Amino acid sequence: MTHSPHTAPPTRLQRVLASDFVFDFTRAPLAILAAAVVAFLFLVAILAPAVAPTNPFDPASLNLMNGFTPPMTDNMFTGERFVMGTDDQGRDLLSAIIYGLRVSLFVGVMSVLLAMGIGVSLGLVAGYVGGWLDNLIMRIADIQLTFPSILIAMLIFGVLRGIIPPDLRDEMAIFVLIAAIGLSEWVPFARTVRATTLVEKEKEYVQAARLIGLRRGQIMWRHILPNVIGPVLVIATITLALAIIAEATLSFLGVGAPPTEPSLGTLIRIGQDYLFSGEWWILTFPAVTLLALALSVNLLGDWLKDTLNPRLR
Amino acid sequence: MPDDSYLTVTGLSRHFDISEPWLARLVSGRGGRLLTAVDDVSFSIAKGRTYALVGESGSGKSTIARMIVGLERPDSGTIRIDGQTAFDPVSGPTQDSSLRQKLQMVFQSPYSSLNPRWRVGDILMEPIRAFGLISEETAQQRRVQELLDQVGLSAPDADRFPHEFSGGQRQRISIARALASNPHFIVCDEPTSALDVSVQAQVLNLLKQLQRDLQLTYLFISHDMAVVRVMAHRIGVLKDGRLVEENEPGALIESPREPYTRMLMDSTPRFAGGMAG
Repeated sequence: MTHSPHTAPPTRLQRVLASDFVFDFTRAPLAILAAAVVAFLFLVAILAPAVAPTNPFDPASLNLMNGFTPPMTDNMFTGERFVMGTDDQGRDLLSAIIYGLRVSLFVGVMSVLLAMGIGVSLGLVAGYVGGWLDNLIMRIADIQLTFPSILIAMLIFGVLRGIIPPDLRDEMAIFVLIAAIGLSEWVPFARTVRATTLVEKEKEYVQAARLIGLRRGQIMWRHILPNVIGPVLVIATITLALAIIAEATLSFLGVGAPPTEPSLGTLIRIGQDYLFSGEWWILTFPAVTLLALALSVNLLGDWLKDTLNPRLR
Repeated sequence: MPDDSYLTVTGLSRHFDISEPWLARLVSGRGGRLLTAVDDVSFSIAKGRTYALVGESGSGKSTIARMIVGLERPDSGTIRIDGQTAFDPVSGPTQDSSLRQKLQMVFQSPYSSLNPRWRVGDILMEPIRAFGLISEETAQQRRVQELLDQVGLSAPDADRFPHEFSGGQRQRISIARALASNPHFIVCDEPTSALDVSVQAQVLNLLKQLQRDLQLTYLFISHDMAVVRVMAHRIGVLKDGRLVEENEPGALIESPREPYTRMLMDSTPRFAGGMAG
């Protein structure tokens, strides 16, 4: 600290700009590139209705005559041009990707939030309360880790779909997908939070809070949570990449987003049917988008992990 | 003799289970093992006075402090504070928040005793709100200013985070937090052992001044005979969980009965030097 304790404290913005974090970021070209790609894709997804040339979810906008138009080529019947071509139904691929990105990101972000909520709560309770509850939670976590998370997600997906009445299935498909992926990814959050909680709860500020008679829940929520949340944000970024890929995998296998509301994974599944008959663009463009998204989120997560954990350097 | 003691501890004991896990025990055939941290300790502290517990690390002094404030549960013995029973083996620890409010603690490490994510003002506000001492917002703010002033810090410090302060200043914040609930009795668990010698004296003087101004009763835990000599009205010497000697500071330092007490004094460099010179 260069300022003496009795000068005016710097504003929040000044503090952020002067932080090591921002300094490190401006010196990591790969992180800047990854952040730019992620920011761009998020922005496009959020602004989809304004950005996309057509609404691919609206059957009225589709013209079957436009089917299989290659990119940047005039259609031989209608004369229309499409930047990324069209799929078998004559759907504009660029619009489908933009809307698909939206579905993929929504599912990814929501399932990470769900996994984070479950994992952080269970980790806090396991670490702070301890005893048999700790054992129970962590053994469940251990058991879940012995299965690949995509299998867990498929299991949960199947069970949830069985519970939901058939006429609601398509409407609920996205939320079932979120629940399935969220429930399959909570373990890393719980483990990390438990470990940091075990360290924090022995610190004297927690004992001071116990002395004034705060209840366990208050101590966990107000005192310990703010001190264990740092590593959680790193895991959340890495899990986001995993969740996006998990969603794509499920949709690719045909158990995820319905064809009426295609995500990137659904588009890739549709595209791979036509790869060997020469319509390469239907597979390639969604796949490249997914690759760029997952890779950028992962790079960003890796950079965050290295930067926020100086011991790894 | 009228009983003017504020705190009375009788027959206090605490064991820790240091057994191996049950599976390892089963395999090796060894039984469980208990460590006696505190063994049948009794003493009392007069109102407005400072009682010091001295001993090496592991002698059980911190465990006694933690049992008195209720952070640790005694295995046996009773604790009476200000005429009320704080702990007895039958009914367990008291749940009375009016009693808890009278007891506070200043911790050893000024670095881990303040939540790094909280502003100093919020740290000081918490006990005031938790005990419902002041309900009105502006009065709460005034009280925080008053507390900062009492420990020699300034009003703008309320908006800062703990990491912006030095160790000595942090310990002052810790003292202010202890004072926030208007306690009568403060347990000081090695409050200066993590500080520079020059800062130690300032913090000790602050504690003494607060004792005079607010009629506070202290239990002072330390391993440093030089610190204890300036602070205590009465000293108890702990060895392996037992109270082996107890006396006024003057008498104890002039003519210690126990060789252990002698050894504690010799192990304090300033003290040993002072005796020689």
